Amino acid sequence: MNDYTSIPSSGGCRDLPVLKERGQREVFCGLTGIIWLHRKMQDAFFLVVGSRTCAHLLQSAAGVMIFAEPRFGTAILEEKDLAGLADAQEELDREVDQLLSRRPDIRQLFLVGSCPSEVIKLDLARAAERLTQIHAPHVRVLNYSGSGIETTFTEGEDACLASMVPGLAETRERELLIVGALPDVVEDQALGLLNDLGIDRVRTLPARRADDAPEVGPNTVFALTQPFLGETHAALTRRGARHIQAPFPFGEEGTTAWLRAVADEFDVSAETFERVTAAPRARARKAIAAQAAELNGKSVFFFPDSQLELPLARFLTRECGMDAIEVGAPFIHKGLVGPDMDLIAPGPVISEGQDVDLQLDRARAARPDLTVCGLGLANPLEAEGLATKWAIELVFTPVHFYEQAGDLAGLFSRPLRRRERLRLEAAE
Amino acid sequence: MKLTVWTYEGPPHVGAMRVATGMKGLHYVLHAPQGDTYADLLFTMIERRDHRPPVSYTTFQARDLGADTAHLFKDACRDAYDRFQPEAIIVGASCTAELIQDDPGGLAETMGLPVPVIPLELPSYQRKENFGCDETFFQIVKHLTRPQELTQRITANLLGPTGLGFRHRDDIQEITAILGDLGIDVNVVAPMGATPADITRLPAAHFNVLMYPETGEAAARWLERNHDQPYTKIVPIGVGATRDFIAEVRAITGVEGQVDDSRLRLPWYSKSVDSTYLTGKRVFLFGDATHVKAAARIARDEMGFEVAGLGCYNREFARDIRALAKEFGVEPLITDDYLDVEKAIEAAQPEMILGTQMERHIGKRLGIPCAVISAPVHVQDFPARYSPQMGWEGANVIFDTWVHPLVMGLEEHLLHMFRDDFEFHDAAGPSHHGGHAPRPMDASERDEAPATPVVQTDGSIVWLADAEKELRKIPFFVRGKARRNTELYAADKGVSEISVDTLYEAKAHYAR
Repeated sequence: MNDYTSIPSSGGCRDLPVLKERGQREVFCGLTGIIWLHRKMQDAFFLVVGSRTCAHLLQSAAGVMIFAEPRFGTAILEEKDLAGLADAQEELDREVDQLLSRRPDIRQLFLVGSCPSEVIKLDLARAAERLTQIHAPHVRVLNYSGSGIETTFTEGEDACLASMVPGLAETRERELLIVGALPDVVEDQALGLLNDLGIDRVRTLPARRADDAPEVGPNTVFALTQPFLGETHAALTRRGARHIQAPFPFGEEGTTAWLRAVADEFDVSAETFERVTAAPRARARKAIAAQAAELNGKSVFFFPDSQLELPLARFLTRECGMDAIEVGAPFIHKGLVGPDMDLIAPGPVISEGQDVDLQLDRARAARPDLTVCGLGLANPLEAEGLATKWAIELVFTPVHFYEQAGDLAGLFSRPLRRRERLRLEAAE
Repeated sequence: MKLTVWTYEGPPHVGAMRVATGMKGLHYVLHAPQGDTYADLLFTMIERRDHRPPVSYTTFQARDLGADTAHLFKDACRDAYDRFQPEAIIVGASCTAELIQDDPGGLAETMGLPVPVIPLELPSYQRKENFGCDETFFQIVKHLTRPQELTQRITANLLGPTGLGFRHRDDIQEITAILGDLGIDVNVVAPMGATPADITRLPAAHFNVLMYPETGEAAARWLERNHDQPYTKIVPIGVGATRDFIAEVRAITGVEGQVDDSRLRLPWYSKSVDSTYLTGKRVFLFGDATHVKAAARIARDEMGFEVAGLGCYNREFARDIRALAKEFGVEPLITDDYLDVEKAIEAAQPEMILGTQMERHIGKRLGIPCAVISAPVHVQDFPARYSPQMGWEGANVIFDTWVHPLVMGLEEHLLHMFRDDFEFHDAAGPSHHGGHAPRPMDASERDEAPATPVVQTDGSIVWLADAEKELRKIPFFVRGKARRNTELYAADKGVSEISVDTLYEAKAHYAR
């Protein structure tokens, strides 16, 4: 009955050669994750220690400025900070004091490293330790790097979550930990499904508030909801927790496979699994079918962006009937996306890293029906007649699990539908 | 170190990108880590450009730092030349690359590329975006211009418009039309739309129109010194400024052509009786110095507003703004700290803000209408329709833009008259703004004023219940002013309790 996890007869593309490129990359840095992380963790503040460029990126990255009282800011390095480093630590203490006195609601403060702070080797770990001592127990100060010389886009979330793991309390309980920042509504759906399966000791990382932080230990098993959480995976493994491998919960098939892997871990009976998932699976299939009519038989080309590319290619090729021409990812962590790769039939070029001009040449030659790419490339490619989907929307929009499966397909079908709909020429 | 929540200007290399992206046939090789490529989306998304900015980023990573980042830069330079075949290349570093001191200019020079290579020194930790535009354009002009015969007909260059500029696209068209009426042709518009070859022939024009001092002044000064090209000092935003600009151009060139102003509607719209309600509206101005200077004159002389405060975020023009503030009898606000601007606006309690996209959000929070007069830009600042700020049509556009956020003419009086109507009260908002259905007043808003006196924050002056109730009868858009004036008056007179009488005494005191 498990035909949805059947590996293509040809064996998937996990072990096929990968095109590795090293050239100009057209991607965001890890600071970008702050845009969604600060909304997810409601008592956290993200203080980037960086340059004016970092501040400018944060206010531009979402495409619009987010002016709801931001829980992030940039401590902009100035000439005098670059001259002497001892000074920079003092300056940081002062800025943090000011910030925390203005925002008494803040319980977790992340000092976020940037390209300039990494290059001048500003020791933010030391600063975090010192500031934690000063501001404990009310505020916990952590640090991670979101710098563009070390992290690509979603790796910022990975670095952030990984930085929280060593500080999590120890537990011997057998608990399930769901890892990855999901919109609350999606997270609640997932917790509801797991609860219905009879798995009731479930925690999430990140928690919405500092007081709800999960515990971790040798009896913890964890499932990732995002494919870019390699460092967090390693940090949890170091704490003795065990990873449940599965395809990622995108689409009906991905969600079912993900839930199935978790259910098997907790010895949930086949009957229970069927009873709990049958209705949402049917809904998801129906919702996808409504969108897939427009996607069926169309070709898709992924530029590297969020590391979601391989799981999404699996979804689009298997559940929406699309043909993948190239699936580019900034990094391919086979320990995490391997199960998704097993399900992708051989055929597409799988590429890792980027040389954007060469990749653009390939996309222009292939003329895909849909190109998934970053905001910097989308309008230029549209102007060349290629339909595009901005990749960043896939990270900002609720797309996981059954109830969002149709929305996920809709993100890809809408650009195609729009092109069909517009009539901008003379009538004849 | 300085804590920043929002920034008015990007880093200087973004300024250089604005010049490069505005031009054609120029390529920018930028030594920068991968994250800096976010800047492309400013142009492709905010400005809806249909081409990638002509920028190659070296996108070095941490692992390259121990090895040879200089080599990466040279490879990127060569690849960029081979692929894009530009007429000229500008090279520079972003904030991170500045720290690793690879000297992109020196490296590029040794490569023997067959086109001019112009090195940029843009100190990222001291300067900002506008400086980046100004300096980049200046360096390009300095490197590429060659002595030229003056054109036979009288011609001008238009200097300053860039990519991602506030209404630059349409201002060019407006100024070109005005010059055309005067009998003056445009030689070159730069940086916007110019190729390096066009830059070479800048000195063929008889004079320069400096459209935006923020982005073009260094080049204009250099051309004046080295090629005897005078440049215009008046920025033609507003009716008076446009007339002065025309006079200035006539004085420089001796032309006597007439400019057709039959399309100009601001003066009549401002005189027509419906505009009476604009009289003395207190406005707060904030933006780049050029637009604030122009807006101050329009606000006072052409709209009949009262300027309640003004300032700019670009320190380079602090002196001009201080002089302007003195002329208007207000304190100048020179800051790029968004929170300072918010504080100043809160203190001034204007009836309208003329600011940037950032002030729109301040206005939203404080409940003050806001119109946008200046960069930093937002996707809304690139409207599909023709929408200049300069010249006659610019004046028309400004009239409409500034009036739109306000409660209009007769509606203001109706609001006053029927302020207790459950659908037509303060919180209902102007009727021409959609998006919020009239919310019925809840009981607390409609009911009697609080029985106990309201203690003011400083504790020294107390509003008696009757006075508070009376104050609430004053329309919301002048209530803040009435409250403030009354409190000032009470403080002045040593009155610690404000009664209905105090309120009306204050009103009489401030009446003109």
